[in-house]
Amino acid sequence: MKNAMTHLAAIAALLLAGPALAQGKAAPSWGPGADDAAFTRMLAASFKDKGIAKVDRLTQDETQAFCSDPEAAASPAAAEKRQRIEAANMATVKWPSDGKWLGDWKEGEKIAQSGRGNTWTDKPGEPNGGNCYNCHQISPAEISYGTIGPSLLQYGALRGGDEETMKAAWAKIYNAKSLNACSNMPRAGHMGILAEAQIKHLMALLFDPASPVNAKTGPAK
Amino acid sequence: MVDRVSVGVAAFLAVSAVAATAAYAQKDAAQEGIEAYREALQDGNPAELYEATGEELWKTPAGPKKASLEQCDLGLGPGVVKGAYARLPRHFQDTDRVQDLESRLLTCMETLQGKDPKPYVESAFTAPPKEEMIALAAYVSGQSKGDAIAVAPKHPKEQAMYDLGKRMFYYQSGPYDFSCATCHGQEGTRIRLQDLPYIPGTKGAAAGWGSWPAYRVSAGQMWSMQWRLNDCFRQQRFPEPVYTSDATIALSMYMAANASGETMKTPGIKR
Repeated sequence: MKNAMTHLAAIAALLLAGPALAQGKAAPSWGPGADDAAFTRMLAASFKDKGIAKVDRLTQDETQAFCSDPEAAASPAAAEKRQRIEAANMATVKWPSDGKWLGDWKEGEKIAQSGRGNTWTDKPGEPNGGNCYNCHQISPAEISYGTIGPSLLQYGALRGGDEETMKAAWAKIYNAKSLNACSNMPRAGHMGILAEAQIKHLMALLFDPASPVNAKTGPAK
Repeated sequence: MVDRVSVGVAAFLAVSAVAATAAYAQKDAAQEGIEAYREALQDGNPAELYEATGEELWKTPAGPKKASLEQCDLGLGPGVVKGAYARLPRHFQDTDRVQDLESRLLTCMETLQGKDPKPYVESAFTAPPKEEMIALAAYVSGQSKGDAIAVAPKHPKEQAMYDLGKRMFYYQSGPYDFSCATCHGQEGTRIRLQDLPYIPGTKGAAAGWGSWPAYRVSAGQMWSMQWRLNDCFRQQRFPEPVYTSDATIALSMYMAANASGETMKTPGIKR
């Protein structure tokens, strides 16, 4: 009980201090039954640690708090806040330490296929996947792809490979919220999901002319 | 029954193989294959076996009080099972709580049978105590098959539960910034080849809420709604929701009320 109370207090403090709520203007998109006190109580009583997934994961950062009321976050009144959040996320991006953008596209394909990592059934220390195919079409041979994100077919072929383009793609993978405050895409680099070398492999999958993503004559069989 | 399922799987694999070779030319072939497979599955749903087990559990005296659950009040009066699931979650006077089916079953097991709910709450979903819960849920949900979902929050606690469910649905957190809405907040999207119901809408909410409990062919398991939600949170990279906790009931209330008016198709069958 004491632990639960401590935890509750921590979440309450966070919610009350949360910038999204501190704005205190328009009513949130949920009704009064889910005010901060009631919601905090519910969260604290409803979740428990399991494996590597501890209750501290319920504590939101500024971006998560802002994006948890999508109606308010998308409103014209929040435009400035969105830009501020994007800038703050952009500031977290670590560029390739050796100045090289591209790794091995074949490794990138494996990372894109894998959805492993960070659930309570995953063990700590094993490499995480990128979950890319869950939401994106990437290599044409893979027909089991999701549609929450845009198709990445011909990604490099359509965009070329100049510094600006590489930088934008790297920033998107490293911290998707740097370009769109409430993007559905995880912040793979910022949250420690993928390491620098893995991001380079994904970059190669997108940009390497030899990658099936950029195949000239239709899909590989 | 099981044979028919095997035939369905074989048919599905055959269609998939064709789809894979046709890959790009006919992108929708995979989707069509899956739909044909789902249709084939409807012929024989192993959930019926769980319903039968659940009915037995419902009617057999058990627990320290050696009582059955036949006098359990699921909201339509003691002993009324028919149509009860389509009207849950709801507020119950005796507990002064909003309860979903599984939390209400725990109440009845405690009050009528004298059982300690703790092992039922704490055990794994694949362990015997949860198997009882899931069989009971399969049975009770089957008694609402074809009924209109009728959940309209009226009691202040029901309204509060709906509000809490809506806020929970959009609550982003964890290392991947996921909320329920990340996957279920836009229409017409899918993860890999799995269609995602759009939960804020009536049809999508019904596709989700109205089809669980369900038999999952790929896993060979019967899943209750609580198990479904538990695994959603796992994939969201959240900590584990406590079985029948208010966060799960709030989300259930949000889904059920959004789905109100649509048809209950329980127990369902999934790939």
